[in-house]
Amino acid sequence: MSGLALDLLLQAIPVGFVMFLVLNFGGLLTWVERKQSAIMQDRIGANRASISVLGLRIRVLGLLHPLADAVKMLTKEDFTPARADVLLFKLAPFVSVFFGLAAFASIPFGDTLQIMGREIQLQAVTLNVGILYVLAMISLGVYGLMMAGWASANNYALLGGQRAAALMISAEVAIGASIMGVVMVYGSLNMQDIARGQGQPLLPQFFGAWIPAWGVLTQPAAFILFLTAGIASTKRIPFDTPEGESEIIGYFVEYSGMKFGMFAMADFLETVVIAGMTTSLFLGGWQVPYLGAEGFRLPWGWAWSLPHLVVVVLQVVAFVVKVCGMIFFMMLIRWTLPRFRYDQAMRLGWLGLFPLSVASIVLTGFLLLLWGAR
Amino acid sequence: MTPNLRRFYLLEVFSGLGLTAAHFFRNMARHVAYAVGASRTGGAVTIQYPEERRPYSPRLRSLHRLVRREDGSPRCVACMMCETVCPAHCIYIVADEHPNPDIEKVPSRFDIDLGKCVFCGYCVEACPEDAIRMDTGILEFSSYSRGGMIYSKEMLLSLEAAGADGRPRSPIPVPADRKA
Repeated sequence: MSGLALDLLLQAIPVGFVMFLVLNFGGLLTWVERKQSAIMQDRIGANRASISVLGLRIRVLGLLHPLADAVKMLTKEDFTPARADVLLFKLAPFVSVFFGLAAFASIPFGDTLQIMGREIQLQAVTLNVGILYVLAMISLGVYGLMMAGWASANNYALLGGQRAAALMISAEVAIGASIMGVVMVYGSLNMQDIARGQGQPLLPQFFGAWIPAWGVLTQPAAFILFLTAGIASTKRIPFDTPEGESEIIGYFVEYSGMKFGMFAMADFLETVVIAGMTTSLFLGGWQVPYLGAEGFRLPWGWAWSLPHLVVVVLQVVAFVVKVCGMIFFMMLIRWTLPRFRYDQAMRLGWLGLFPLSVASIVLTGFLLLLWGAR
Repeated sequence: MTPNLRRFYLLEVFSGLGLTAAHFFRNMARHVAYAVGASRTGGAVTIQYPEERRPYSPRLRSLHRLVRREDGSPRCVACMMCETVCPAHCIYIVADEHPNPDIEKVPSRFDIDLGKCVFCGYCVEACPEDAIRMDTGILEFSSYSRGGMIYSKEMLLSLEAAGADGRPRSPIPVPADRKA
């Protein structure tokens, strides 16, 4: 009985870590977005929110602004339109945030952790079909937006919901098609297996053990296609046609207070999920180059043995750093490109990303035949 | 670059990303240099207003003041020129006899409604006695009420010209209806 309790307790480690990671990233991204855009545009950015401690105004680089935002949103009027479908209207933001939070569950953030004679997989949920699970969660997230658009009894909101659904479908097809190449190369739908596969050397008959087989090297075209479609599925600029502040305000036009904040939060959570998925599938996941289970093994034979716990911590840190880098890159794109027009976004999805993804699958098949499946 | 190549978004996207990323890293390096004290300017052009201010031009038209004679009485002779020329009708003068027979009149009241004033400076131009000037350098005189925007003769007489650095030298007078 105590063994079961210990198992549950140990299993709570990865679950708690994923919850901690995703929620904190989601909250901090409002700060990152403000500060990064400010620095890119030669500004300082939000830095005024302060807490007075013993007459000292503490600002900590504007890090208190997310807190001030939360207080503001919680104290605002919680408005429901008179003709709204009350149940769906109130449910929609929760649906959005829930699937954003749940999607991260099967993304591995480290190899197995051996502790107290047990092996723990460092991912919240160990699934054989982890990729499909993440895809399903991202797709289900759009139901929140459609519910919001429909239940608001507002034509602009309805337009926004429709656009969100159309964008999600066009992006989803491209996401699904572009990661098929990765699945073919590493031969698994389990994201932990894919992350492990990326630690193998790339084409050892040509390069020896020098280059790790990260997805970005084995599937460069799929990387760009997946990233583009992934950014589209986060509904942020340049693919923010469902919001489109200057034309339709979007599916959340009738929302106020924390419910509105939850839609914004859902966008940030999806950014984290896409960054985590890109890291897992293309940037080697938790792999540190040349770091094996026993320590560093460099190709010319130099070795540095490390204890198990240090290796695991290094891997988790590597994963978090890679995710941060991807988030930085996605923010860079968000603050560089203008919004695609609705028809341009659709054309890019259906006539650009989707056929190219299929072509990438075919090419991958040929190359795998040529150089042999792993 | 040919138009067809430009229609293929990716190259242009990367050149745009390069531009914004260059800005980010350059400004970030400057911010870090400023934070460790290696540089006197940060990576931003922002002026943090209440703490930092831009230098004011000497021509700046700021809050009015009434100039005094050497004996301390107002230079104003209540000729009503400024009241007449004011396009916003924001100056209200009540004339009175001056005790000195050489000087014809003196204002017993001289109120400026700053809620109406458009800061055109015509009153300064029109004044034959150089009795009203707009050189105090004071820009922040907000109030919670319309009455708080009406500045009386005594308040206007108490003000001084801005210093050589353009900063106000006299404190902002507090209207009677405002609690300090």
